[in-house]
Amino acid sequence: MRSARIPLRVVALGYLAAILLVPVGMVFWRTFEHGVAPVWESLTTPEAKHAFWLTLTITAIAVPANTIFGVACAIAIVRHRFRGAGIVNAIVDLPLALSPVVVGLSLLLLYGRDGWVDLPFQVVFALPGMVLATIFVSLPFVVREVVPILREIGEEQEHAASTLGASSWATFRRVTLPAIRWGVAYGVVLTTARCLGEFGAVSVVSGRVVGQTETLTIHVEQSFQNFDVAGAYAASTLLAGIAIATLVLMSLFKPKEHA
Amino acid sequence: MSIVVSRLTKRFGDFVALDDVSVDVATGSLVALLGPSGSGKSTLLRCIAGLEQPDEGAIQISDEEMTGRRPQERGVGFVFQHYAAFKHMTVEKNIAFGLEIRKAPKAEIRARVAELLALVQLEGLAKRYPSQLSGGQRQRMGLARALAVDPKVLLLDEPFGALDARVRKELRAWLRRLHDETHTTTVIVTHDQEEAMEVADEVVVMNSGRIEQVAGPRELYERPANEFVMSFVGPVNRLGGAFVRPHDLELLVEPNGATREAQVERIVHLGFEVRVELVRDDGERFAVQLTRDDVERLELERGQIVYARPTRETVFP
Repeated sequence: MRSARIPLRVVALGYLAAILLVPVGMVFWRTFEHGVAPVWESLTTPEAKHAFWLTLTITAIAVPANTIFGVACAIAIVRHRFRGAGIVNAIVDLPLALSPVVVGLSLLLLYGRDGWVDLPFQVVFALPGMVLATIFVSLPFVVREVVPILREIGEEQEHAASTLGASSWATFRRVTLPAIRWGVAYGVVLTTARCLGEFGAVSVVSGRVVGQTETLTIHVEQSFQNFDVAGAYAASTLLAGIAIATLVLMSLFKPKEHA
Repeated sequence: MSIVVSRLTKRFGDFVALDDVSVDVATGSLVALLGPSGSGKSTLLRCIAGLEQPDEGAIQISDEEMTGRRPQERGVGFVFQHYAAFKHMTVEKNIAFGLEIRKAPKAEIRARVAELLALVQLEGLAKRYPSQLSGGQRQRMGLARALAVDPKVLLLDEPFGALDARVRKELRAWLRRLHDETHTTTVIVTHDQEEAMEVADEVVVMNSGRIEQVAGPRELYERPANEFVMSFVGPVNRLGGAFVRPHDLELLVEPNGATREAQVERIVHLGFEVRVELVRDDGERFAVQLTRDDVERLELERGQIVYARPTRETVFP
């Protein structure tokens, strides 16, 4: 038994190291190769600062939107046995299967110049389009985390609350939400990570206007294209840093029994 | 606080769970809905609580029309088989839930919770979480939670079904005492005839979505309305066209006019009671319930030929 475990561990850890740790480690190492000063310099250029705030703005809109929609959608799928619930359940996974570039193109078709939908404000090559694209690609995570938990806890606690006089809203707030909170939290972390890292769809609808519609990921790629390798590495490290911070926060708040 | 159920029908797809069911539950009584699984007893209870909506029929609770109303508007207390404890709340928070929903004053909630903790004998466990309680304790918490809001009627869905036999018996006796103190109109669903007979004033026997008989425990046993009720409320032998309870058969070692000859196939000792299983020449089997002393007196042995005589039998038209 023991002898069989060691090779398995070597394979698992070796795989993680080769695929995850080495590349990320490389980025960190190359970033701080010449100390902290050049990193700080390339992160405080107006373009980098704008890209950073744009990414945070998009995330700050997309994450709450998908959290609220995700919880509502999960409850609809699990609790309200309506016709077509199965189809809805399958459609939610579409963003995972669809290439982000296709999502970007479809938004261009819909809202772009000569698009099918004409709104009084600009969508494509502006913030609304980028938010829409980000919401689209990060939509499934909360739903996917919450659906199995709702199934597992069952309806009995909610029924008990209703016989005790609780309205649907009170039941949701006092009984359902506390029961699903860790699923929601984990879904929010995954959604946040996806929003921060989104490149393909946003890149298509943004038009990549430097200092205007350039997110952090686009900024990384643009810097790299312009032979500003140091700037690309610095921005990459910042992205990775935010992602790691999110995961650490999550594991700090997570209760022990939910391992 | 009576319950009047009139002509209730409930279907799940092609399955008819309730077929034109009418029941009256008198104020202050304790009624058991007894039947095998799938007989519709739980569905009937859930319809009364508003957790299921009937396809046809009407429900009144204390002369108020309840059909179509939501559970939270009905003023019922419901106790679930699997407790339905709020897992993220302590025992006292669970019990206080209904009162907090009603925005009762804090001091009043505290006093009522303390009173209920004493009533269900859970003092000292107020700060525990449901996962730290035994099944019996969880169910007593469930009862306290349901009673906290002074429900017009108390509905219990197989409340002791998930507990072991000893705890079940204790809680059963305790429930009856509780009812004698509070006189809350109560409906309990069970598939256990002994539980129904021990606890209830009146038993409603259900089978495939219909009511077979409504009677007190004694009448139900002594004057069952039909074959189903007779065999559901206790063991029964079929001898020719008649039904005989195992304790209504006498065993003799010598034949006498009206006796049936049979061979002792097995003797099962159940403490004071002894069940003697017999087989006749034509392969018909039946059982006789004797006391330990009877068996000793008759010197019964496996393979012995004996003669059975019914002292009381029932024939259904």
